[in-house]
Amino acid sequence: MSEADVAFLQRLAPPTPSSYHRLNPFTKALAAVAESIAAFVIGGYVGPLAIFGLAVLPAAAMAGVLRRLVRVSVVLTLPIAISVVLISVFTRAGSTVLFTVGPFDATVEGVDFAGQVLVRLITLSTAIGLFGLTTEPRAFVFDLERRGLSPQLAFAATATLEAIPAMLERAKVIQAAQRARGLDTEGRIADRLRGVLPLVGPVVLSSLTEVEERTLALEVRAFGRRGRRHLLWTMPEATWEAPLRWVLLAVLVVIVAARLTGAWPAIP
Amino acid sequence: MLELHRVSYRYAGYATAVLHDIELTIADGEIVGLVGPNEAGKSTLCLVASGLAPASIGGALSGSLSIDGELMAGRPPHELAERVAIGFQNPDTQLSGVTATVFEEVALGPMNLGLPVAETLARTREALATLGIEDIAERSPNRLSGGQGQLVALASLLAMHPRHVVLDEPTAQLDPEGTRLVGEALRALAATGTALLVTEHKTDLLDGLCQRIIVIDGGRIVLDGPAGDVLADERLPGWGVEPPSRIRLARAMAGRGLDLDLIAGTLR
Ligand SMILES: Nc1ncnc2c1ncn2[C@@H]1O[C@H](COP(=O)(O)OP(=O)(O)OP(=O)(O)O)[C@@H](O)[C@H]1O
Ligand SMILES: [Mg+2]
Repeated sequence: MSEADVAFLQRLAPPTPSSYHRLNPFTKALAAVAESIAAFVIGGYVGPLAIFGLAVLPAAAMAGVLRRLVRVSVVLTLPIAISVVLISVFTRAGSTVLFTVGPFDATVEGVDFAGQVLVRLITLSTAIGLFGLTTEPRAFVFDLERRGLSPQLAFAATATLEAIPAMLERAKVIQAAQRARGLDTEGRIADRLRGVLPLVGPVVLSSLTEVEERTLALEVRAFGRRGRRHLLWTMPEATWEAPLRWVLLAVLVVIVAARLTGAWPAIP
Repeated sequence: MLELHRVSYRYAGYATAVLHDIELTIADGEIVGLVGPNEAGKSTLCLVASGLAPASIGGALSGSLSIDGELMAGRPPHELAERVAIGFQNPDTQLSGVTATVFEEVALGPMNLGLPVAETLARTREALATLGIEDIAERSPNRLSGGQGQLVALASLLAMHPRHVVLDEPTAQLDPEGTRLVGEALRALAATGTALLVTEHKTDLLDGLCQRIIVIDGGRIVLDGPAGDVLADERLPGWGVEPPSRIRLARAMAGRGLDLDLIAGTLR
């Protein structure tokens, strides 16, 4: 192959507009996982907030996705956050009652617990959200395949991840068609809910038949054949990334071990 | 060589067969056309000839499919796929859904075959050039017109260099130029020794492309002969098949007392 051929193939790889995007997908994935686990294991406020403020936020700023990251994580965590806060504030036993709503007492302990869960949730959702916003699924999956993941598994993973936007798009098309026939999917919340329900069946069913036709079409393309594939492009990986990943992993193991054995005391 | 011997087929969950006693042999390098009215069983015959029915979609088959003299009963779908390529009517569901560019979509089959990158690259370029779609190589497969989708789906099959090809209405969504390119591609493929079965409503395409044409009606072969004879058969319109324009023109002129051969002779 000529140099021009190699350059052409490499151009098919997902774009990497910032130096954070340019990190290898595996490195970014490990960072997200390590940050999330560390935030949970360390607990309290200082630990998770330090990870959030000193690692996740600067990385997001470097990648230029800060605003999108905030939006995405708020949307993703809001339902969980609200239920966690309500449940822990009002059901947690404690001695100092802050205020009372009906039969429920909100205690200082409950509020404190809710706060701790919340900061962990923020760190977790932004760490994983940052990975999602800076790494295309196919980049991650192909990289894993290059590292030895079976092509079948790689395909199943990409197909699932890529199917989500396709499903949303189909929902839009069906929604438009239903609206054309007089079903309302906009307006007041109650009306909207009533309008969205008829969408569920068609979207799920059409996805299912599509899965069947897709399976046929894929089998036709020799998918399911065993053996390694030669991938067309690779994601960049700097020489220092593998050592960095080992360091990350080692730090994580130390933190987990120290917390579990009690060698590292709880910090606020 | 692809042979169907005394084949009857019934879809899973249905009581009656939709194909009856099909006897069909396609020699290497031969292009066989398949025509018939709606619901005649053309698509079903395509599925059976490719082995996907029953290997992939189930159902009950009696009789046998053999390829190059080997019986195909009981083989897994991916093994069948390496022997018979099949193109479906609807291009949307033939896309893998896991690629970001048309180039990668066409390259997927060769890649799944485990070919080296240089070979995949060469085959993909060749297939794109054959169908005149090099200019959309870097476009997203999810944003194509119906005709472009059909050409991409066909290019994806061509890139696998199949020895047997079954196509179900490959030009249904194509304009005359696209149809012409498909015709040329199929002729070139047959010249390399590939056996082809092509279902098509456009008899103008089959005229001059096929050596043989088969008419099916109600799941049975009702006519099987040299393309010229079948296309000139008086019963064709009765089976819902429009004769090619060449023959309609000759008939219209004969109806007015003009002899096409005589005119051609005079002009010469
Ligand atoms: N998946 C299926 N399950 C059950 N029956 C089917 C299925 N697909 C087709 N049939 C039935 O089999 C018969 C033949 O259909 P087929 O699609 O093969 O016809 P066709 O000749 O391709 O028609 P068209 O010109 O409309 O494409 C029809 O009666 C049809 O209803
Ligand atoms: Mg059909």
